[in-house]
Amino acid sequence: MTLTEIVFLVFAVIAVGSALLSMTSGQLVHAALWLVVTLGAVAGCFVLMTAEFVAWVQVLVYVGSVVVLVIFALMLTRQPSGARSAEVTGNRWVAAVLGAAAAIGLGATMVAGFGGEQIEGRRIGTAGSIGDALFNDWVLPFEILSGVLLAALIGAIVISRSGSDR
Amino acid sequence: MPLLYPLVLASALFGIGLYGVLARRNAVMMLLGVELMLNAVNLNLVAFDAWFADVVHSGQVLTLFTITLAAAEIGLGLAIILALFRALRTVDVDEVGR
Repeated sequence: MTLTEIVFLVFAVIAVGSALLSMTSGQLVHAALWLVVTLGAVAGCFVLMTAEFVAWVQVLVYVGSVVVLVIFALMLTRQPSGARSAEVTGNRWVAAVLGAAAAIGLGATMVAGFGGEQIEGRRIGTAGSIGDALFNDWVLPFEILSGVLLAALIGAIVISRSGSDR
Repeated sequence: MPLLYPLVLASALFGIGLYGVLARRNAVMMLLGVELMLNAVNLNLVAFDAWFADVVHSGQVLTLFTITLAAAEIGLGLAIILALFRALRTVDVDEVGR
């Protein structure tokens, strides 16, 4: 077992453990902070899979802004009843069974389909090579995506404003 | 590195995210579960990109697109949840459903 594999397994254990804590924690802000650990560990996995640019985008967008947005929303929607909102719904055991079934089913499919394959990492995803691919082969989806992002931002502003008028 | 490591990790994260979406009472936490599931998808895309040694880096570019769409999705989702909170004074999905 190489050093890369050992580091990857460490990151994987951290990611799964903190994801479990995040989804079961009773404190909402703690749950959001555990999600930061998960997303950071996944970024580490990206680096180990030769996707260094994607890893930095993950750190910037997810850890930097998405989690901040979520913590803002948690604090704005804090209920007077306190910790009750952190509880899980009555169908948590159905949810647990479904989640475990999805994980085991997907995992079994992956093991059956890609059992002996190896990642060799011949093409490193540096900022240069990703930029080349993005602006040579993926220009049209990239431009459409900027339109989608603009529409989503305008929609978010409109939804937030129309509520405050009343 | 075996291709299975990232794929099995992605399956586990997807299952945990699905549990979060179905079991959490707070609507913001449901969105966090969706983010976790999207991250599992990103992990799969990057793993297959590295395995395939793709010349145009399809997997990693699509991962960037997914990250952007997830950011747009969480912005819209949180705006809707804030509007819901203003209207009903709660973000508890059980109470909203009643």
